[in-house]
Amino acid sequence: MTARDLIPIAVLAVLAALLPLVVTSSTVLNFLVFTLIVSLGAQGWNILGGFGGQFSFGHAAFFGTGAYVTAILQLRYGVNAWAGLALATAAGALVGWVIGFLSFRSGLRGSYFALVTLAFAEVFRILANAASFTGGAAGLLIKLDVRPANLQFDDRAVFYWLVLAFVTATLLLTRWIQRSRFGAQLVAVRENEDAAKALGVDSLKVKLRAIALSGAVTALSGCLYAQYFLYIDANIAYGSWISVELLLAPIIGGVGTVFGPVVGALTLHGLGEVAKQFAGRIPGIDLIVFGGVLVLAVAFARGGILGLLERLRDRGRGMVTRGTKEVSHAGR
Amino acid sequence: MLAVDGVSKRFGGLMAVDSATLSLEPGGIVGLIGPNGAGKTTLFSMISGFIAPTDGRIRFEGTDITSEEPHRRAERGIGRTFQIVQPFAGLTVCENIAVGAYLRHAKRADATAKAREVARRVGLGAELDRPAGGLTVAGRKRLELARALATEPKLLLLDEVLAGLNPSEIRDIIPVIRGIRDEGVTILMIEHVMQAVMNLCERVYVLAQGRMIAEGRPAAVCADARVIEAYLGHGAAARLKAEGAAHG
Amino acid sequence: MYSPQIILEAALNGLMTGAVYALIALGLTLIYGVLHIINFAHGALLTCAMFAVWLAWAWLGMDPYLVIVPLVPLMFALGYGLQRFVVGPASHGDDGNILLVTLGLSIVLENVLLALFQSDTRTLDTDYSFQVVALGPLLLSYPRVIGLGVAIVVTGLLWLVLNRTDTGKAIRAVAKEKLGANLVGIDVPHIYAVTFGLGCACLAVAAGLLMPTFYVNPRIGGAFVLVAFTVVVLGGMGSIPGALLGGLFIGVVESLCGLFLGDSLGQIGIFLIFIAVLLVRPTGLFGAKA
Repeated sequence: MTARDLIPIAVLAVLAALLPLVVTSSTVLNFLVFTLIVSLGAQGWNILGGFGGQFSFGHAAFFGTGAYVTAILQLRYGVNAWAGLALATAAGALVGWVIGFLSFRSGLRGSYFALVTLAFAEVFRILANAASFTGGAAGLLIKLDVRPANLQFDDRAVFYWLVLAFVTATLLLTRWIQRSRFGAQLVAVRENEDAAKALGVDSLKVKLRAIALSGAVTALSGCLYAQYFLYIDANIAYGSWISVELLLAPIIGGVGTVFGPVVGALTLHGLGEVAKQFAGRIPGIDLIVFGGVLVLAVAFARGGILGLLERLRDRGRGMVTRGTKEVSHAGR
Repeated sequence: MLAVDGVSKRFGGLMAVDSATLSLEPGGIVGLIGPNGAGKTTLFSMISGFIAPTDGRIRFEGTDITSEEPHRRAERGIGRTFQIVQPFAGLTVCENIAVGAYLRHAKRADATAKAREVARRVGLGAELDRPAGGLTVAGRKRLELARALATEPKLLLLDEVLAGLNPSEIRDIIPVIRGIRDEGVTILMIEHVMQAVMNLCERVYVLAQGRMIAEGRPAAVCADARVIEAYLGHGAAARLKAEGAAHG
Repeated sequence: MYSPQIILEAALNGLMTGAVYALIALGLTLIYGVLHIINFAHGALLTCAMFAVWLAWAWLGMDPYLVIVPLVPLMFALGYGLQRFVVGPASHGDDGNILLVTLGLSIVLENVLLALFQSDTRTLDTDYSFQVVALGPLLLSYPRVIGLGVAIVVTGLLWLVLNRTDTGKAIRAVAKEKLGANLVGIDVPHIYAVTFGLGCACLAVAAGLLMPTFYVNPRIGGAFVLVAFTVVVLGGMGSIPGALLGGLFIGVVESLCGLFLGDSLGQIGIFLIFIAVLLVRPTGLFGAKA
């Protein structure tokens, strides 16, 4: 990675870190924390879906695993919250690897892969909803005990910085993927699996690595969700809403790009808030906006917001180069 | 270096390849010709590991690779191109070739440098940053070749790299292929452009209806009655001979 | 232990629920077979149809079975329009895009319904909602018997449409070979939209059959759509007899799992079957294509 790869990430991270010094409204901070948690999960989705081209419709499987693992470890086994966070992340990677192993070994891709991930998430949801171990339908309440050692802070800003740090770390991770052999091979598998194999790419191994990484990052976001709201149940943690959110953000923002998931999550939730302001208390108005934006994005802005911006920029440049060509022709 | 020993492939009731045997010594260019539907591409796919043979064995440098995955064979040094070009359409030419180069170079800088070098060699030096999806047919054929070359193969399987090119494009690419051979890469090529086969190959195998029917120097093989019949139909060889005699 | 009679009754009840699953899956599999797309909005469209039945009952006092008659053409038109003017143009013919567009559609439909009707659960009651038919020692729910009968008739009708009419032949031609069909002068976008419309029309029938014994709320479609996917995958993507058999089978499995595992775990059997079939035999158990 070069300085040019890192500077934009660093600048954005610093600017975002300064935000709580200006904004003190706890509503705004709440919004930012939640949006960043979704961003982080979406960054996880983007590793597999964006770079690997394997569209998962069931990333709730990882989000929920992260949330439940950390909650259960703390509640039932008295494990420290930070250790819980690490273990939850590892559990996400493991679940990712297992689901990936089963599906990719059977050669599932495209719609079939989307369906099987959806079904895995549903199985987890039903199990978590029924088992007493997971608190059943009543869910799990993490005990309120505000201490940094418990990953609970009396100042929301601290949690914001924590989530921001993870988002930034994942931006760096994604940038590394983009610049690495692993990333090149992953993208090659996305574009044409047979051609990649002929060039010596072990496509199964590459996809498994991607889904494990993806599962880990998304589980981390689930863990942070549980830690921030201190309550989860099966319909929150393994519900289809989160699968949809995690897939929407990268697609709206720019699938397979470093910043896409974050841009998408901010845009979606920003729009959702605006819609709520205008439409008052109509239930589901933000989701109507989400769905509409998704259809519009697929129809008119393939590559999402970032893709759109890039095309606009290229168009601007194209005009410049065309202009100079004409000049040189005239000169001749 | 490559020994294909009695390899067969059956698709349902169709015997696509019927106990074909072929062996290559290191160095040189060997052609694989035959009428359409003879099973040439199926044989290639079995050598490169994309299709498992129903019967028979394939050895590469003395090791049995019959049941190895395609990517393992690429690691061993078997590179291939596809008859229907398969570019990574969303990537640039340089990125396409780099995927191949990454096989032997873990670092991005090294892989990119290798990709640039290979691109120049096959005449894609000027198109490095163009999206692969925007290349012409000739450009895509060169890209297929470049990607395979970037894996630094010992054996290169070329599946109709000349098909769809016009005569001047063919003239341009023939020296490139010869250059690859001169660097010590063994080449096995499926080709329909007979002029190129005559020009390039030291030896050819002829596959017809899944069977190897002839093998030898190109000129000799083309005069072989069985080969003529395979291409032109039963009795064609005799007719040609008679016509030749009448005109002579 | 359960007595054989309870198990048999559960199995028969499952068979009859399965008939409705089959109808829902029929629409999905038809769309898949011809357009080769997975219609994620299928569940939300079913919810729309169910609300339509409920509205017709609540406002006009119509019998839910009778609502099917006007609802079939309405749903057909809705499906036709959606494919022709939204899904088709928006997805540029790309598989992944279609998944996303129909997902977006389902989110919009579901939440528009939520905005209109709130999240309340609504039911309707008819004289026959709780009537039973005696079959020997077994007591079978009257609406479910009707459901089974209608599902079989509709499957038969759909089969006739596909095999005996010109439009049906055009649909099958497009399913087999889009380019060739286009070359012989078949209007492919039109046929796509007709297929989508037929798929939605199946939902109208399913909605009419469901409402006498079931309830509706804006999220209800989601529960059915996963079951329908399972049926479609089990029956072989695109296979119409497969959808019928798969639907009946899944109905029985669900009913028996519910009996043995309890209601909250009952559905898990379906998803485990779904995953197993996808992993082991993605062409489906009754799949025609190898």
